[in-house]
Amino acid sequence: MTVQKNIRNFSIVAHIDHGKSTLADRLISFTGGLSDREMSEQVLDNMDIEKERGITIKAQTVRLEYKAKDGEDYVLNLMDTPGHVDFAYEVSRSLSACEGSILVVDASQGVEAQTLANVYQAIEHDHEIVPVLNKIDLPAAEPDRVRAQIEEVIGIDASEAIECSAKSGIGIQEVLEAICDKLPAPTEGDPSKPLKAMLVDAWYDQYMGVVVLFRVIEGTVKKGMRIRTMNTGANYTVDKVGYFLPKPTDTDSIGPGEVGFLTASIKEVADAAVGDTITEDKRPTETALDGFKPAQPVVFCGIFPVDAADFEDLRAAMGRLRLNDASFSYEMETSAALGFGFRCGFLGLLHLEIIQERLEREFDLDLITTAPSVVYTLDMRNGESQQLHNPADMPDVMQIEHIKEPWIKATIMTPDDYLGGILKLCQDRRGVQTGLSYVGSRAMVEYELPLNEVVFDFYDRLKSVSKGYASFDYQSIGLKEGDLVKMSILVNGDPVDALSMLVHRNNAESRGRQMCERLKDLIPRHMFKIPVQAAIGGRIIARETIAAMRKDVTAKCYGGDASRKRKLLDKQKKGKKRMRQFGKVEIPQEAFIAALKMDDS
Amino acid sequence: MDDTPDEPLAVYIHWPYCVRICPYCDFNVYKQKTDAGLTPSILSDLQGWRDWSGPREVSSIHFGGGTPSLMSAEDISKTISQVKTLWGLSEVCEIAIEANPHDADEGKWRAYREAGINRLSLGVQSFHDPALKLLGRDHDAAQARKALKLAVDIFPSVSLDIIFGWAGQSETLLNADLDIALSSGAQHISTYQLTIEDGTAFAKAEARGDIKAVDSDKSADFYEGVRERLMAEGFEHYEVSNFAKLGHRSKHNLAYWKGRDYVGVGPGAHGRLTVEGTRYATVAEMRPQDYQGKVSVSGLGLAEKEALSQTAWAEEYLLMGLRIEEGISLKRFEEIAGVASRKKIMQELIQNGLLRRDCDKLKATSEGRLLLDYVIENLLIW
Ligand SMILES: Nc1nc2c(ncn2[C@@H]2O[C@H](COP(=O)(O)OP(=O)(O)O)[C@@H](O)[C@H]2O)c(=O)[nH]1
Ligand code: SF4
Ligand SMILES: [Mg+2]
Repeated sequence: MTVQKNIRNFSIVAHIDHGKSTLADRLISFTGGLSDREMSEQVLDNMDIEKERGITIKAQTVRLEYKAKDGEDYVLNLMDTPGHVDFAYEVSRSLSACEGSILVVDASQGVEAQTLANVYQAIEHDHEIVPVLNKIDLPAAEPDRVRAQIEEVIGIDASEAIECSAKSGIGIQEVLEAICDKLPAPTEGDPSKPLKAMLVDAWYDQYMGVVVLFRVIEGTVKKGMRIRTMNTGANYTVDKVGYFLPKPTDTDSIGPGEVGFLTASIKEVADAAVGDTITEDKRPTETALDGFKPAQPVVFCGIFPVDAADFEDLRAAMGRLRLNDASFSYEMETSAALGFGFRCGFLGLLHLEIIQERLEREFDLDLITTAPSVVYTLDMRNGESQQLHNPADMPDVMQIEHIKEPWIKATIMTPDDYLGGILKLCQDRRGVQTGLSYVGSRAMVEYELPLNEVVFDFYDRLKSVSKGYASFDYQSIGLKEGDLVKMSILVNGDPVDALSMLVHRNNAESRGRQMCERLKDLIPRHMFKIPVQAAIGGRIIARETIAAMRKDVTAKCYGGDASRKRKLLDKQKKGKKRMRQFGKVEIPQEAFIAALKMDDS
Repeated sequence: MDDTPDEPLAVYIHWPYCVRICPYCDFNVYKQKTDAGLTPSILSDLQGWRDWSGPREVSSIHFGGGTPSLMSAEDISKTISQVKTLWGLSEVCEIAIEANPHDADEGKWRAYREAGINRLSLGVQSFHDPALKLLGRDHDAAQARKALKLAVDIFPSVSLDIIFGWAGQSETLLNADLDIALSSGAQHISTYQLTIEDGTAFAKAEARGDIKAVDSDKSADFYEGVRERLMAEGFEHYEVSNFAKLGHRSKHNLAYWKGRDYVGVGPGAHGRLTVEGTRYATVAEMRPQDYQGKVSVSGLGLAEKEALSQTAWAEEYLLMGLRIEEGISLKRFEEIAGVASRKKIMQELIQNGLLRRDCDKLKATSEGRLLLDYVIENLLIW
C-alpha cells in the first residue's frame, strides 16, 4: 500500500477549451502511463461525443506515478471532472474526493465564467489551488495580465502561477512538482478501521460491466470483500479492485487516501448512486458520508420515434442508455399529436442533447423531440402539491392556488461591447439583475433567471448577441412563485398538445404571436387555408393564417426528368414519415422545436 | 401486357456544349464551342440502340442540349441519315432542333432545313432586355425578334420558349412578351415559370437573399394570365407548360408524356426502351470523354440501365401522363402497375375539382394541372 503522505488527489478546473484535457494527456505521457503510440488524442474523453464536443461527460481518473525532484515516489490521482453545469452534482462529488486543484487558465483568454464557477467550487471543497497559465506558446498570451486578473477576480495568490504550454510540452514537470509540493496529502486514515469509501462515479463498461470509481477515507477495499452501499442498502461481493494507469490494472487492495475502481457484478449503474458511501457489509462504518443526493432530473422533454414502428426499438435503446446513466429517466407518454413515445428527464440541456444524439447515432433512430420544459410545482387549492413535467398535463387552473418554477443564478462574463445586448436578453427573459462588476475590460453580470427561460435557446442567443465572446455559467437557486399560464397552440382549430407551454402572463401575447408567425413559415401550404392560433384557456391571443396552396407543379418535365421526378417521389415517401398528421394538416417534425426558437429582436 | 414493338420510337440526341453556361441551368452542359469529335460516337451509339431495339419506326428526332445549334449542318445531316438508315422514318416524322437567338445564322439554318430539320425551338425567354440580363442570357431583345422572324421564314414549325416569374416582372411586362410572341407567327409557345433548381447559381443567390423569382401566388396569377391569353389567341393548352396551334404540338415531347419509348444518345441523355415486356430506363455517360470511351468499348454509351419495376413504370406513366390534356388510360395504368388504381383518393381529387374521369381516361383539370405535383403525390404516396 502506498505511503499516505506521498499521495496527491487532485482535479483540474478550467473554462472549456482552456486546455484541461491536453494538460491531462501531457501529465499522463510525462509520467509514462502510456507510450506515445497509445496516446490517441485526449485519452480521458472516451465517448465519441466527448471527443467531438471537447467536453467531459463522465468523471474519470488516472493514477500517475512520479518520482519528484525531492527523490520521493509520489502517487498522483488525477480526477477529471465533467466540465458542465448539468453535471454539477457529479463535479461536487469528484471534488470532494480530492484535496487540491490545478486551475488552468488560458493565458491568451484570461478568466472566464466557468473558470470562476469551477474554481469557487474547488475552494468551497477546501482545495489548495495551483494556478497554471496555459498556452504561453501563443503570441497573444499575456501571462502577467492574467496573473493579475486571477488575483483580482478570484482572490488567490498567483505570484507563483506556472507558465505552461500543454500543447508544446513546456512547464509540464513544473506542474508535477507543484502538485507534489503545494498540494496536501490526504488526511491520514487507518487502513484497519471499518471501510468508509465514497462512490465517486459509476459507468457501464462493455467488458467489465458496471465499474465503480471510489475514494477510500478509511479502512481498505479488498478483492472478495462483501460490501454494502449505505444509502441504497445493496450488497455486493467485490470481483476486482484496481487503478487506471490509465489502462485498468488489477491489484489486491486499496487503502486510505487512495482512489481506485472496483467491479462487483452490479447490474445497473442506477444501483451505484454517485455520492453513496461504500462500507464493509459485516463490519460497517458508523456514519455515512454526508452530501449524498439522489439524481434529480430538472429538464423534461418528449421523445417520439419518427416512425411509429420504431417505438419498441426506442424503448430498448432508452433502457440501454439508462443502464449507464442513472440521471436520465424515461416514462411512457402518449401524445395525440405524436403518438407513443417517452417523457424523459435530464440533468440539463446539454445532458438532453447528449442523450438525444446518442439515441440517434448509436441506435440509429429517427426521433422527434418536443420542446424542453422545466418541472413546475403546482400548489393546489386542496392543499396538495403536484409536480408538472409536461405542460400538456396541466390541470384545470381553477384548482391551482399558485405555480412555482425553478430559478437559477447566472454568471455571464463578456467584453464590454456586448453588454447592452446581453442585458436586454436577460431582461427579456424575465431576469433580475443582481450584480455587475468589471474585470479589466470584461464585465461580469449576475442575473437571476427563471430556468424555463434559459432552458431552451438562451445559450444560443447569448452566443449570437456576444458573437461568441460571452461565457456563461449558472447554478440552481430554488423555486419561486410565478404568474404563469398555459398557452395552447391550435392548428386548423385543433390544439396540438406537443406545442403547448407555460409562459409568464405578461409575455404570453408576444410569445403567442411569435409562435404563430413561426408556424406559419414552418407548416407547408395545404389545399385549404389553415388558421394557426395561440390561446390561453378559451381566449385567442394571437392568430395567423397559412394561405391555401395555389400552384405546385414542375414547369419542365421532359425525357430526362421522369427518373428525377420518380426519385423525388421516393424521397417524399420517406419524408412523409417525418410529417405528423393533425386532423387534415401535416406538420413537419422539425416544426416542434423550431417553432419555439425566439429571436428576441 | 401489350408489348409495344410496333409503337413508334422517338430519338433524342443530346449535344452537351454551350458557349457559356446560364446561371439557372441544371442540364448536363459543358462550356465549349468545338465538338471534339462527338458525332462519330453518337452515330455508333445509334447503331447500338438499333441492335437493342430491333426494327421500329421513328416518329421524331430531337436535337437538344446544351446548344445543339452549335452542331454543323453536316453532322446534323449525317445523324438524321443514320437514324433513317437504321430504323426508317415515319411519313410525318418531326425533326426538331433547339437554338438560341444569339447564334441565329441564316446560312446555317437554311442548311439545317436542307438536312431535314422541320421544326425549330428557339430559346427566346423574354423580349425584355433587363429580364434577359437577369436571366444571364447572351442575347438581347432585338436579336430575339430577329432570330424569331428568321426561324418563321425558314422552318414550317417554330416554337419559342418564354420564361415568366422573374423577380420584378409585372403583368404589363408579361403581356408585352406575349404580344411579341403572338405576333411573330410562331405556332408553338412553351411558357416556363422560373424555378430555382438546387445547386445552380440562382439557388446560391437566393440563399444569400438575392431573390430571383416571384413568389408562388404571383406565379400562379401569371400562369393563369398566360393560359387565358394564349387560349384566346387560338392556342391549345395541351401540356402544363406548352401551347400549340392545331397540328403543331411537339410530337417528340408527347412521346415522353405518353410513356412511349425513346432512344437517348449523347452525353447524359436519358432513354426508355420496352423490350419483351420490360421497360428499361437508361442514362448515357455524363462527361463527353467518358461517353465517347464507353461507346467505343461497348457499342452503347450507357452509364446506367435499369429495368423498371412495375411500380416505377406505372409511376412514370402517371406522372408524365397527367401533364397532358388527354391524360392517362386507367386500364393501361393498371396493366403496367399490376394492381388496381387507388379509387378512394382519386375520387377525392375528382371531388376537389383537380381530376376528371372520362370513361377510361383520367385527366387533370386546369386547376389540377396547376397543382399537379400535389395531385401526383396524393396519388402515388401513401
Ligand atoms: N496553442 C496552444 N493550444 C493549446 C494548448 N493547450 C491546449 N490547446 C488547444 O486548445 C484546445 C482546447 O484544448 P482542450 O484540452 O480540449 O481543452 P478543455 O476543453 O479545457 O479540455 C485544443 O484545440 C488544444 O489543442 C497550449 O498550450 N497551446
Ligand atoms: S444555353 Fe441552355 S443548356 Fe446552355 S447553359 Fe444556357 S440554359 Fe443551359
Ligand atoms: Mg476537454
